[in-house]
Amino acid sequence: MADVKKIATRASYGEALVELGAEHDDFVVLDADLAAATQTGKFKAAYPERFYDAGIAEQNLMGLAAGIATTGRVAFASTFAMFAAGRAFEQVRNSIGYPHLNVKIGATHAGISVGEDGATHQCCEDIALMRTIPGMTVIVPSDDVEAKAAVRAAYAFDGPVYMRFGRLAVPVINDGDDYEFQIGRGIKLREGKDVTIVACGLMVQAALEAAEALAEAGIDAEVINIHTIKPLDEDIIVESAKKTGRVVTCEEHSVIGGLGDAVLAALAEKCPVPVKKVGVNDVFGESGPAVDLLHKYGLDTEGVQRAVEEFLA
Amino acid sequence: MSDDELKRVANEVRRGIVTAVHAAKSGHPGGSLGAADIITYLYFEEMDIDPAEPNRADRDRFVLSKGHCAPALYAVLAERGYFPKEDLETLRHIGSHLQGHPNMNDTPGVDMSTGSLGQGISAATGMALAAKHWGDTYRTYCLLGDGEIEEGQVWEAAMFAGNHALDNLCLIVDHNGLQIDGTIEEVNSAMPIADKFRAFKFHVIEVADGNDIAQIRAAFAEARETKGAPTCIVCETVKGKGVSFMENNVGWHGKAPNDEQFEQAMAELAKEA
Repeated sequence: MADVKKIATRASYGEALVELGAEHDDFVVLDADLAAATQTGKFKAAYPERFYDAGIAEQNLMGLAAGIATTGRVAFASTFAMFAAGRAFEQVRNSIGYPHLNVKIGATHAGISVGEDGATHQCCEDIALMRTIPGMTVIVPSDDVEAKAAVRAAYAFDGPVYMRFGRLAVPVINDGDDYEFQIGRGIKLREGKDVTIVACGLMVQAALEAAEALAEAGIDAEVINIHTIKPLDEDIIVESAKKTGRVVTCEEHSVIGGLGDAVLAALAEKCPVPVKKVGVNDVFGESGPAVDLLHKYGLDTEGVQRAVEEFLA
Repeated sequence: MSDDELKRVANEVRRGIVTAVHAAKSGHPGGSLGAADIITYLYFEEMDIDPAEPNRADRDRFVLSKGHCAPALYAVLAERGYFPKEDLETLRHIGSHLQGHPNMNDTPGVDMSTGSLGQGISAATGMALAAKHWGDTYRTYCLLGDGEIEEGQVWEAAMFAGNHALDNLCLIVDHNGLQIDGTIEEVNSAMPIADKFRAFKFHVIEVADGNDIAQIRAAFAEARETKGAPTCIVCETVKGKGVSFMENNVGWHGKAPNDEQFEQAMAELAKEA
């Protein structure tokens, strides 16, 4: 895979903001002293007068964004997922979610693929936290193309949006001519009849590769990219589950409260079938190279393949 | 309006607060009564607002960061004509637009949803920043409690407002000296308040009697003239002001009067008028 183009979705975020900035002047970008890491620094370099740094003060970051949004403009608020969804959870809930303000939260460095910084910075709870807020849209793009499309869609969307980006460069997989991003609309990437693999973020690529490996072992897996966790495209999941009868969810997030539980809840009501959740199994992460960590925690192609085989055995 | 006229309005507002909290059988009368003169002055004299057009883009903004004093804000908005005064008796009732803490999407005239302490000041700072960024002329006012400023977020916001010299932002600290668990000195004192805001690059105005319309008027006039720095007006107020048995009594922070106490309070406020 050495020749595959790899881009971190945080970089896509920064570039998409610059592109949007050339087209619209009714938004500003806020960060909390992490502009280089979140890649909002690209926007800052292009439009320094439209960038504001809240400093190391994430609670105020969210409140500032809320106040700006009350005026009918849009505010992008960026920091690491740990601090956006974790530290500032209550500000996001009460100052952004409750008044349903037009704030777009760009949360980067989500999941264990943060790598060497270790558990304190590896947020595996943000999807769970954010999807509990009424009216919050939660998007987890899988690659550069999807991340950029998500930023544009979030800007055009009326209401609060939480976007989850990664630090690790990941392969570009959505560069086909027929790719179309729509908030709340899942994408079937591979047809199959034996099992449905539902994935988000960097696990979409792992799921696709696992499906190819499984095919060689005689297992025909359907792969669905659920880039929007909330609102969840229940139809595409239920329709697939009715066909395959078994579902595996894959996310770089805790198995508690994330994509897996969202899918479980939908299936329990509409199509009860056995479900296996692949994710971070109620443990904290640790320091190490991102790729090695993903392997250790079973969040790569091999891990998904193994989980599916064991599930179907 | 003259000072005397504003005093009469503030007294009507106090009657509205007591009526609302009594009808709700819960709520926060003490801080609401103490802040009644400040909020009355803002909506009847200081701010450029229009009850007929509550969302006008260039209106001045008010954020009640100490959102539990919603009865005071609601009573002022009703008195000012944003909605019928009868609505005050629906405070905290199911289906009412008057929530226990203010929600901008429910109540005409409420500029920000608040109630979780420390958050309103950030939103107000964001509003002031937006005005600077897009060249809007409106001013933003934000009322904080002296207990509320124990919240760390208050100082995050103050640091930002001071560093960005947001002179279109005016904070008011309602300094009544009391919070739920006792006096602010006993609990976790944020004193000296004025010095702290000065250190955060605010122009600070200290008002010895924050229940006196003339002193409130002078402070807001000075704030409006202040350029190059945000203003913080520290107002010494009396919690429960206007109702003898509630004054300076922390027990009335979050408790509704019974029928007998309601009658007594309304009788005292009738004499005031």
